[in-house]
Amino acid sequence: MRFGVVIFPASNCDRDCVHVLRAVLGQEVEEVWYEERSLDGLDAVVLPGGFAYGDYLRAGAVAARAPVMTAVRAFAQVGGAVLGICNGFQILLEAGLLPGAMLRNAVLRFRCTTVHVRVESTQTPFTRTLREGHVLQMPIAHGEGNYFAPGSLLSTIEEAGQVVFRYCDADGRVTSDANPNGSVRNVAGVCNPAGNVVGLMPHPERASEEVLGSRDGRLLFESVITTVIARREAPKQSRLYEIATGLRPSQQGRSPRPFGARDD
Amino acid sequence: MTTATLAPESVGLTRDEYEEIRRRLGRDPSPLELRMFGVMWSEHCGYKHSKVTLELLPAESPRLLQGPGENAGVLDIGGGWAVAFKMESHNHPSAVDPFNGAATGVGGIIRDVLSMGARPIALVDSLRFGPLDDPTSRRQAAGIIAGIAAYGNCVGIPTVAGELVAHPGYRGTPLVNVACVGLLRHGDVARSRAAGPGNAVMLVGARTGRDGIGGAAFASAELDTGSEREDRASVQIGDPFAGKLLIEATLDALRAGGVIAVQDLGAAGLTCATSEMAARGGMGMRLELERVPVREEGMRPDEILLSESQERMLLVVAPGATGRVAEIYRRWGLRAAVVGDVVAAPSLTVHSGGTPLVSLPPYALAEAPVHRPAAREPATLRARWTMPDLPMVDPAAALRTLLSTPAVAHKRAVYEQYDHMVQIRTVVVPGAGDAAVLRLPELSPRGLALVADGDGRLADLDPYRGARRAVAEAAANLACVGAAPLGLTDCLNFGNPEHPEVFWTFRQAVTGIADACRAMRIPVVGGNVSFYNESPDGPVLPTPVITMVGLLEDVSRTCGAGFREAEDIIVLISAADPDMAASSYASAVHGIEAGRPADVDLDAHQRVLAVVREAVARGWLSSAHDCSDGGAAVAVAESAILGTIGADVTLPAAARTDAALFGEAPSRFILSLPEDRLSDLQVLAAVHGVPVAILGRTGGDRLRIAATGQREQGWTIDLALDELSRAYESLADIL
Repeated sequence: MRFGVVIFPASNCDRDCVHVLRAVLGQEVEEVWYEERSLDGLDAVVLPGGFAYGDYLRAGAVAARAPVMTAVRAFAQVGGAVLGICNGFQILLEAGLLPGAMLRNAVLRFRCTTVHVRVESTQTPFTRTLREGHVLQMPIAHGEGNYFAPGSLLSTIEEAGQVVFRYCDADGRVTSDANPNGSVRNVAGVCNPAGNVVGLMPHPERASEEVLGSRDGRLLFESVITTVIARREAPKQSRLYEIATGLRPSQQGRSPRPFGARDD
Repeated sequence: MTTATLAPESVGLTRDEYEEIRRRLGRDPSPLELRMFGVMWSEHCGYKHSKVTLELLPAESPRLLQGPGENAGVLDIGGGWAVAFKMESHNHPSAVDPFNGAATGVGGIIRDVLSMGARPIALVDSLRFGPLDDPTSRRQAAGIIAGIAAYGNCVGIPTVAGELVAHPGYRGTPLVNVACVGLLRHGDVARSRAAGPGNAVMLVGARTGRDGIGGAAFASAELDTGSEREDRASVQIGDPFAGKLLIEATLDALRAGGVIAVQDLGAAGLTCATSEMAARGGMGMRLELERVPVREEGMRPDEILLSESQERMLLVVAPGATGRVAEIYRRWGLRAAVVGDVVAAPSLTVHSGGTPLVSLPPYALAEAPVHRPAAREPATLRARWTMPDLPMVDPAAALRTLLSTPAVAHKRAVYEQYDHMVQIRTVVVPGAGDAAVLRLPELSPRGLALVADGDGRLADLDPYRGARRAVAEAAANLACVGAAPLGLTDCLNFGNPEHPEVFWTFRQAVTGIADACRAMRIPVVGGNVSFYNESPDGPVLPTPVITMVGLLEDVSRTCGAGFREAEDIIVLISAADPDMAASSYASAVHGIEAGRPADVDLDAHQRVLAVVREAVARGWLSSAHDCSDGGAAVAVAESAILGTIGADVTLPAAARTDAALFGEAPSRFILSLPEDRLSDLQVLAAVHGVPVAILGRTGGDRLRIAATGQREQGWTIDLALDELSRAYESLADIL
């Protein structure tokens, strides 16, 4: 499939994401310049980590207003899979594509270390092939990763299954010791109501090769590849199609729902 | 412009130097020209006190693509690829403004490597502070670390290795030495020699402002107590966002063709870049000041010429390519202005509004006069070689003290503030092994190993031996991760070289590095001298710092410092007997810094390194750690703490228990390995004539050490790992 990796001025994990998607996973990758106004032909878009616009003003604040974000918004609206990693997550928050906001780390310092996160929702293309409770080991590297949402919003997104990842210990326990930045209720990643836009602070691209200590991050990319390809190509009777679309065979004939939509 | 009335002293020059300028020009310099000479002939730019001594350093290597004299050295690593690296100090700015001083130090060294045409892939920082219970030192430490983090993290270059030492000898004069390593193809090596009359000179990157004016001259003066207030105008402010754009745009421009030479603008700004590029190429340059993009209106010519505004580079570009180059920088949101051109006549001319302001031979500026300062051995040196008798202390308490001293303690609190993983090359992260290891997917499975080492306490007691030990130690650290040395860059931090004792110490240290490098066939491909590191208390500890780069054949066959498995055999391989002279134990536990440091037997050292390197490369070892500060006891404790596996060990007996535990010597390593690999290691060691002593086994959650040579006599130290870890994590509460 065809990924787009957006390059903002001073993105600095763009090359890492391109490497993993292209060299490790063998996918087609288009490097999308921040002035681009169309994402036609792409199956999924990654907003990489870094310090877009130097994070001047506020992390992600200027990048959220870059021309390419109009295209990202349109891409998301029609159900396209969008992944924001670290600074990319901050940009999606600033763009209003994801709920909540980022505060400075509770330790008031940049932190680069390895953490564990637990998969809380499999209703996104990036977690569809994982299971709830799956513990992933990935690095973090950020100064503003203290996720915040006020109580009412937090309840809403938790009930809607929009919390995708929480910081946990190696055994999957969500504890305050396992929280590296003070995020409210250990939230490490969230999605939009439809589930197709996901943001997380940990770096899956830094955990995609054995030599770097973990391959857990690869599962996110493999999930979206499986999901998108299945959505496009799998025969409608198959289990793969069911995984990809959330549609049971009995529901055939209805158009595929957006990722993350629930039965009512 | 009149020729009158600017005293040479007001620009930091002596009367003799003024006469030399007159001799070279055949006339009096104008005040503007004199100011340019002032910065170019400062120690920082001109190396006038160090140049002759630095010629001792060997640069020979079959891998050498570029030695000293350019912005950074370049060495071949095979497959058509090369590494460029260089270390520089930013001590004086960091003393005055810790955050911005350190940040611009990082920015500057990155541009040095970038100007060789290399993509920067790693940073190394070596830091020295006053005692961390001293409020000023602590504030400086916090600011310096935050400044390095702010710049390095934003530009996306991982900070993967370094040192942190706290010592009263750095009170008020912290040392900030930063190295950058870059990767490039052979064919992409860029140089800074101006060539081709008629070629355009382009100033690219940030606009020129009033910051940092006279910074180079400032770096060449001693700081006094009023410095913090008065010298703020001399400190530049870094803009890592612009720095990152400059990296990408410059690499794009170099690949696009038409760029003939490139030089970063650092100390002395346009004055230095234009005169050095012209001098190296044997050309002249014509500069038109009104074409320089400035940040504010009304800047005077001297301000434009001497500004040290960051994130700027000077390019020599073929006339037909200036539009394309400007477009590349514009795409990255940066300016690229044609500010002049290369001329055949060897003259640097500066015009403003058509009026000629400056006309100087570039070499006259760029080649500062050479001084041969007087040298005298410090009067008190030999008296300090007498080692007093140390009282016996509780060995367990001494071990905890040593583990908690900043030089030994875990640096997690520091490197977690640095992004050390971006660019996804970091295989051995800081703290996990004796050196950082970066993979090279370009040359898979090969990798690079990086380490910084220096010991001011040793160099203070014997600069020659201290410097040799620093080189030996760096190579030892590389061996522990399985890497062979490629080359090194050095940063030489000393006091005022006009003091004969300081200059003698400097020369001894350089001689020590040179001798060690010759013996070990390690080229010195570049470096930096920082003099005048003096506070009102006197000169800093003489501190030669080495950043060494090594090559691994296979990054999957590297090794950490922590024990990996219970029931492994622990061995000591060693080519020297431990010694209390100049030891960390004497200093940290007894407050005594005396004794003559043991010299390193480089032949024996090389043989031990060969054993360690080969054992790692063959995958025999579970852990490899060199015994340095705190001797064998600290090395075993660190391996246990890092691996969260205890150990029972019996150390070879020495004259005193504390010497067996904490005595220091070069060429000693603590290794752990599965029992079925022991005979392989013993055979390998025997081939190289290196003794192997079996100390014990890993396992449990306590560290138990018998220091009497015989376990039957009971444990000398018996501590829970938790207790050791708490001591080792002492910096977490400080930084």
